[in-house]
This record gives sequence, structure tokens and C-alpha cells, in this order.
Amino acid sequence: MSLTETSIQTSDAPMGRDDLARLVARDIAPGSFVNLGIGQPTLVSNYLTEEQNVTLHTENGMLGMGPAAEDDEIDGDLINAGKIPVTELPGASYFHHADSFAIMRGGHLDICVLGAFQVSATGDLANWHTGAPGAIPAVGGAMDLATGAKDVFVMMTLLTRDGASKIVESCTYPLTGVGCVTRVYTDKAVFLTGPDGVTVRETFGTTLEELQELVPVPLKAAPAAGRRDPGAP
Amino acid sequence: MLNFVDTVVDAVAGIKDGSTVMIGGFGNAGQPFELIDALLECGAKELTVVNNNAGQGDQGLALLIKEGRVKKMICSFPRQSDSWHFDAKYKAGEIELELVPQGNLAERIRAAGAGIGGFFTPTGYGTMLAEGKETRIIDGRGQVFETPIHADVALIKALRADGKGNLVYRKTARNFGPIMAAAAKHTIVQVAEIVPTGGLDPENVVTPGIYVNSIVKVAGSGNTAEKAA
Repeated sequence: MSLTETSIQTSDAPMGRDDLARLVARDIAPGSFVNLGIGQPTLVSNYLTEEQNVTLHTENGMLGMGPAAEDDEIDGDLINAGKIPVTELPGASYFHHADSFAIMRGGHLDICVLGAFQVSATGDLANWHTGAPGAIPAVGGAMDLATGAKDVFVMMTLLTRDGASKIVESCTYPLTGVGCVTRVYTDKAVFLTGPDGVTVRETFGTTLEELQELVPVPLKAAPAAGRRDPGAP
Repeated sequence: MLNFVDTVVDAVAGIKDGSTVMIGGFGNAGQPFELIDALLECGAKELTVVNNNAGQGDQGLALLIKEGRVKKMICSFPRQSDSWHFDAKYKAGEIELELVPQGNLAERIRAAGAGIGGFFTPTGYGTMLAEGKETRIIDGRGQVFETPIHADVALIKALRADGKGNLVYRKTARNFGPIMAAAAKHTIVQVAEIVPTGGLDPENVVTPGIYVNSIVKVAGSGNTAEKAA
């Protein structure tokens, strides 16, 4: 660990949910096929630009999903994985569930963005079940997305309400997938995860040293790059 | 053998106690509410039901569960904000749950229809949903052996059928319909419209009629009929 070589990007303040969504959106390569999970990841769609030409997949059988439907657009036959009415864009396609999951499981999606309870230092993901006694488990498509997409991005707050790090040595919640997460976007920093451990790409309103106090796994600094302005459009 | 039947009650009359019944739909989209209501009326019990969810609100599959007709659910996402009938039965220990990752659910149904005896997949490897299952390392990745899900009956909803039983669907209401039609021994379809043979473009048929046994027209069949009009 080399905390002195802090050549990572920094900004002055922690990231809000929308700023973080904007950051994720900007990191998605033009022309990508992307699945956005339910909840916070859905915000990313608000910041994708037309020039990016990103195609959104929803696991209930559609590519080319458009924004949420409003008023007259609402059609019970056209919903997303969160069962919210959505719209179709020109060039959209529909397919049955086995084809839709073959798109995920067959490695055809470039990126999926998911929420998480915990991510381990080597990219294990826990996001479907607290394991609490009496809790009714529900998994949906989380395990397929986690193992199938080429890149798995997680969006979450770094700390729980009790102040515990959600980046952990090994997950205590039941796993969704093993070694699948490649990037973690949090309010305090962006982390890259993989077989070699955790690298900090950029920090928001904190230093690498302060971050290391919070996170119980060794953090490495990413190679130098320019400062990023999180408020830029 | 393809039959066109007059009522939803006639369509489901042959479903026996203890049957495994696949029910199409993802949430309410594509859920064949009228066929489910008829199944409730016909009284079949001790059913194993295959669906992505375990019923929403106070309609369709949720009512079948409320009335105690379902002994086991095979699904991926039972717990929702309005799944109170399933939640109550589950907490009372009155319903069995086989929880399956959604892609495994779809592929296991597809495998049944395609005559596949099982398959290995990375989905679920290393998780509690793979406990007790055979695993292998294939191409450097841990994979789990999954078996097909067969059914006695499938209840599905399509937009339109022709005289040969060919089907087309509407938007994301297609979801599990085509694979369930192939996986069940007897497939019952409710449609908003029946057109004469030759009335569907063969290039656009989604489910070929070979997979379909009974068709019933349901006027005003939810979103499908309203929006397709």
C-alpha cells in the first residue's frame, strides 16, 4: 500500500445521488448496451446524452427502452423490470424472457449498474437478501446481471446508517455473485475492484488517508489523471 | 390438437388437483387474469405454480394463493410491496417456495420445451441458491447444473391468434408466454382477437401453433385489448 502516492483525482464535496448518476453516465462508452438496476441506478438514464447512443435493456424483454411513461403514454403492456410504465424509442425490439436473459447471460451487455448492500475487496457482490430470519427472499434477475454483464458497476453510499463501510474484506450478507463487480461509485469515492484488490480512482470531499480510516481493506491510488469537476454538465 | 373454446371456464375445466401450472406474465403485464379467475372457479387445488412473481394486490395469482389453492410457488421475485397474500401464507408455513434466479427460471422453462435434460450456468455459482447442486469449472468459470421445469398446463395471454393457433404478443407482455407454451403438455391461451388462418404474417409469428392446445377469446382483455384497438 502506498498512501503517499496520491495521484488520484479529487473534488471538494461528497457526491449527491444525481451528481453520482451524472458521473456514471459520463463513464459509459458511446454505443454501449446497458442495463440499469432498480432504484438509484435508474437515475443514470437521466444523464445519458443522445450523442452517446446508449441502448437500454430491460430484462422483461426489451432493448431500446425510453424514459418513464407519463399520462397518455402509460400502457400496462409496456413496463420495465421495476414494473414501472416506460416508453419505447425508435429502433426498440421486444423478445421473450429466455432471449432477454440470454442477452445478459451470454455476455452481450456491456455494462450493468446495480445497487448493493456490500461489495468485497475482490468484487464479490451482496445485493439481494439480508439473510434476516423471517425475511422473504426475492432474487429476480440480480444474479444473472452480476455474472453476465461484461462490466458490473455498483452505486451505493459508502457507509451504512450506522457508519460501517459497505466495502468489506468479505461479504457477510448472502452473495449475489463472486468476483463480478468491477467498479463502485459512492458518495465519497470511486473504487475499482478486482482480483488485485481495491484501487481508488477519485475521491469526493475526502482524502485517501481519511478514506482508508473508513474502509477496512487496503486501498491503492490510481495512476495520475486530471481533476474532475463533478458539477459539470 | 387445437381447440377454440367459448369460455375461460371451459378452457381450464380439465386442470386437475396437484397439477403443475405455468402462468405467464411479469407483474401484471401478460398475466392472463381471466384464465386465472376461471381456474379459481373450477376449484383445482394442491397446485404447483410457476410464475416470475407470487401475485400482486387482490387479483389473479394473488387470489389463487389467498384461497389456498397453491401448495408450492416456483418463482424469482415473490416479495413485493403488494404481495400480501403470498407473504401471509409463507409466514404461516402454508406455501412452499422454490426461489430461482430469473434467468435460470426462464432457461429451465426453455430447456423443458426444447427437450434439454439440464444445463450448466455461472448464474448463482457460489451463492446460497446453488447449495446442494452439482457444480463444475467450465472455461475457468464456476458453473451450476440446473434442470428443466416441465408443466402439465400453461396459462398465457397473447394479443392475437389465427386459425392455426399461431400467436403474436404485445410489447413487454410477451415475457414468459412463448417459452411456457413450449414447456407445458397443454397450453391454454387467452387472446384479444382471433383472425382467420392466413391473417398473421408468417414472418412475424412469435409462437407457432404447434405449441398451442386451447384458445379462448377474452373481450376487453386488460391492457392488450384497450391499447391494441
